[in-house]
Amino acid sequence: MKPVLAFVASLFLAGPALAAADIQTVETPMGFTAWLVEEPSIPFTSLEIRFEGGTSLDAPGKRGATNLMVGLLEEGAGEYDARGFAEARDALAASFRYDSGPDTVSVSAKFLTENRDEAVALLRESLVDPRFGEDAVERVRAQVLSGIRSDLKDPDAIANAEFDRMVFGDHPYGSQPDGTVESVTALTRDDLVAAHRAALARDRVYIAAAGDISPEELSALIDRLLGDLPATGAPLPEDVDVATQAGTTVVPFDTPQSVALFGHKGLKRDDPDFFAAYVMNTILGGGGFEARLMKEVREKRGLTYGVYSYLMPMDHAELYLGRVASANDRIGEAISVIRDEWARMASEGVTDAELAQAKTYLTGAYPLRFDGNGPIARILVGMQMDGLTPDYVVTRNAEVEAVTAEDVRRVAKRLLQPDALRFVVVGQPEGLEDVPG
Amino acid sequence: MKTLAAACAALALAALPALADEQEPVTTFTLDNGMDVVVIEDHRAPVVVQMVWYRAGSADETPGRSGVAHFLEHLLFKGTDTLAPGEFSKVVAENGGNDNAFTSYDQTAYFQRIAADRLGLMMKMEADRMVNLRLDEEDILTERDVIIEERNMRVENDPAALMREQLGAALYLNHRYGVPVIGWRDEMETLDLDAAYDFYHRFYAPNNAILIVAGDVTPDEVEALAEEHYGPLPANPEVGAPRARPQEPQQLAERRLTFRDPRVAQPYVMRRYLAPERDPGDQREAAALTLLSEILGGGQTSVLNRDLQFDSKAALYTGAFYDGTSYDDSSFGLVAVPAPGVTLPELETALDKTLAAFIDEGVDPDQLERIKFQLRADQIYERDDVQSLARRYGSALTSGLTVEDVQAWPDILQSVTGEEIVAAARKVFDRKQSVTGYLMPEETQDAPKEVTQ
Repeated sequence: MKPVLAFVASLFLAGPALAAADIQTVETPMGFTAWLVEEPSIPFTSLEIRFEGGTSLDAPGKRGATNLMVGLLEEGAGEYDARGFAEARDALAASFRYDSGPDTVSVSAKFLTENRDEAVALLRESLVDPRFGEDAVERVRAQVLSGIRSDLKDPDAIANAEFDRMVFGDHPYGSQPDGTVESVTALTRDDLVAAHRAALARDRVYIAAAGDISPEELSALIDRLLGDLPATGAPLPEDVDVATQAGTTVVPFDTPQSVALFGHKGLKRDDPDFFAAYVMNTILGGGGFEARLMKEVREKRGLTYGVYSYLMPMDHAELYLGRVASANDRIGEAISVIRDEWARMASEGVTDAELAQAKTYLTGAYPLRFDGNGPIARILVGMQMDGLTPDYVVTRNAEVEAVTAEDVRRVAKRLLQPDALRFVVVGQPEGLEDVPG
Repeated sequence: MKTLAAACAALALAALPALADEQEPVTTFTLDNGMDVVVIEDHRAPVVVQMVWYRAGSADETPGRSGVAHFLEHLLFKGTDTLAPGEFSKVVAENGGNDNAFTSYDQTAYFQRIAADRLGLMMKMEADRMVNLRLDEEDILTERDVIIEERNMRVENDPAALMREQLGAALYLNHRYGVPVIGWRDEMETLDLDAAYDFYHRFYAPNNAILIVAGDVTPDEVEALAEEHYGPLPANPEVGAPRARPQEPQQLAERRLTFRDPRVAQPYVMRRYLAPERDPGDQREAAALTLLSEILGGGQTSVLNRDLQFDSKAALYTGAFYDGTSYDDSSFGLVAVPAPGVTLPELETALDKTLAAFIDEGVDPDQLERIKFQLRADQIYERDDVQSLARRYGSALTSGLTVEDVQAWPDILQSVTGEEIVAAARKVFDRKQSVTGYLMPEETQDAPKEVTQ
C-alpha cells in the first residue's frame, strides 16, 4: 500500500488545477462574488451560474412554472424572437444551456474570446429580458406536456414520482418539478413572469468561470450580465424531515424489467460525519465494480446490469438513495441481497482493506475531475453552493485520508437503517408484496 | 515516427484569424507487430487516457451469434493467466483511475483514465488481456445474465428502442448493421464459451488494434512504453485483412412499419435512408451529408424546426441524424414528433413537403456560414476535451479511415458548397432505399390512414 499512497500524494501536489492559489476570488463593483481559474491556453471561457431555489419556488397551484420559465429563456429575449436569438447565438458559436432542478436554476455558457462581449450581451438578454411571447409559450408548453405524459409511462420516472410523493408529501420536493398536465395547462404568461422574478435574483447567485479571461474582464462581464436582475427573489422553501418505513411499494406496470428505487434519510453536506459516510457509501454502493452491491448483485449473481447507492444532500432535506433494475422474476432476489448488504454494513462496518482501497480510489480520482475548463467551472460553482472555501481543493483528500474504520462503523450504524429502508418497485415483480408505508 | 499536425483550411484562416494557430498535437506511429499508435498531447493536467480500439464490432459477428462482440467486451473484465476475475478494474481503482469499455457495429474499445505516471501499468494489463484471456463456464453464465439484464434495461423496457431495432433490421436487407449491437435476445441466450473464444481469437491481436493515448505524455514516452508492453505480442497473420462483410444489394422497394406498444405515450415517425459513409481519400459526399443533417435538423435554426415547429406547428420536435464514420454504408435519419391533433401520416406528408421544398430552394447561405463557423469553433472547444478528440480518432481509424482522412475532414467540411449539399440530398432521399416507422400506442385513435405519395 505504501508506494500507492506516496504516489497519490505526489499526484495531488502536481495537479496544477488543484492549487488553491490558482482559484482567484473576484469581487465585482456591484457586489457579486465569482471564482475564477485563469487558463489562457485555449481561447474560450466556460461560465457557470447558479440561482438557489429552483423549481421548489413554484407558487402554490403553479407547479411547473419555474421549469417552463427556464425552458423559455432562450425562446426570445430583448429585440430577438426565438429564431433570431438562436441565429445570433449560432453565429457567435456560443453555447448557452439553461436548466432547473429542485434547488437551483443553472446557466452554463461557453464562448470564444474573439466575440466574448457579443456573446455575453446576448446571454444577458435571455436572463434579464426574456420575452415569454405567446407563440413561444405555447410551443414550449406543448413540449413540456409531451414530456409529462411520457413520464407517466416511464418506469424510472414513475418510481421517482412515487418515492418523492411518499417521502415528501406536500413539500415542493413531493411533486414533480415539471408539474402536471393540469397545472402546466393552466399556467399564464403572468405566472411565468412571476416565476422569473422569483427565481433569477441577485441575492441567490453563485458564479464560477474557467478559461481565457482575466479577473478584471470577468468582473466587468458579471456586472453587465447580472446587474439588472432584481435584488431579491422569492423566499426559499422550509426544511422537511424524511421518515420512511421498511417495506416495498409496488406500482404495477406492464414491462419486462422491474425498476426499484430504495432509500431513507441521509446526511447533511456539512455533517461532521459526511466524509466518513461518503467513504462508506463508496464501499457499499458507489458505482464502481468494487462496491459490495455491485459485487453481490451483479458480479456474483448476474441479477442486474447496474446497482448503486448515493448520498443526496439537498438544500432542505437529506436522502440516502439507490437504484437497481432486474427482470420481473429476479427483482425479488436483488432486493433481498440489497437488504442483507444494508444490514451487514450497519452491523459490521468495513474491513481495513476495503477502507484502504476506497481511500486510494477516492483520493486518486479527485484530481482527474479537473480536466477541462467546463468541468473546473462546474466544480467551483458547486463548491460555493456547498459553502466550501477555495482551499477545499487542497484539504479534501486529507479529509478522506483522515476517515478511520471506526468512523465508518459509527456512521454506518447511525446512517443505515434497515428498518427504514423503503423500496418502490415499478413493474410486474414476482413474489414481492406491496406493504403500505 | 512521423508527426502529423492538422492543418487548417485556408478558408478558415481567412475568415477567422484566431484559428490560425490551431493544430491538433497529434503524433502517430506503428509498432513492428502492426499495432497502430496515436498520441494526443495535452499537458494542462497530469492525467492520461489510454484507449485500445479493436477493428472488430458486432457487424463482424458470425450469423447466429449476435451480441457476442459485446458479450466478449464484458468478459475481458474477467481473468487472465495472471489477473484474477475483476482484478483489472480493481487495480485501476486502487490507482485512482476509472475504466470502461464499449462495443459498436465496427469497433470495440477499452479505456482507462488515470494519473499519467500509471500509464505503463495500464498498458501492461491491457496487453495481457489482449492475448491471455482465461474464461470458465461460470463466468459465462453469470455474465450472460448480466448482458440480458442490460438488454432488458436498454431495449425491452423502452418501446422506442424496440421500434428502432425493427427499423434497423428493415433498413439493411443483407448487412449486419441490421442486427442490434447488443444482440437478438434469443441468440444472446445461447452464447457460450466457444462463441466468445472464437470471436476473441479471430479479432484480438496487436495488428488488429489501435492504441490511443491522450493527455500529459510525450510521443517518446508512449513509444517506449508501447514497445515494452505491446511490442512483444506477436502479430496474428489471420487477422487484420480488410473486412469482407455481406453488402447491401440494390434496394428496390420502400419499407414501412408500425410498432404498437401500450407503453408509448408520445407517438413519432422516424425514417432512415441508406447513405454513403466516409471512405479513405473520398469524404466529400459524407461531408455534404454531415452538413445536410445540421441544416435540416440542427436545433432551432434548422429547416425542419422552422417549417414544422415554428411555421406549420405540426411537430413538437424534429431532428436529423447522420454519422458518416462507418466502415460500410451508413444511414441518414429523420424524426418528427407530432403536435397534439396531428396524425403521423399528416406529419409525414408535411415532412416530405419540407424536404422537397428544401431541394428546390437550396441552402440558405447565412445558415451554412453559421454552421461552418460553429464547426471551426468546435475545433477550439474540443481542445479542452482530449478524450473527445481521442474518440474521434479511434472511431475513424476502426472504420477504415486513415489519420490523414481524420485531419483532412475539417477542411473538407469547410469547402463543401450548398450545391453539393443539395445534390447529396437529392441522391440520398430516395424512398426505395428507405424505411419509415411509426411508433404508436396500442389504442387506435391515431390510426394511420393510407397515404399515397
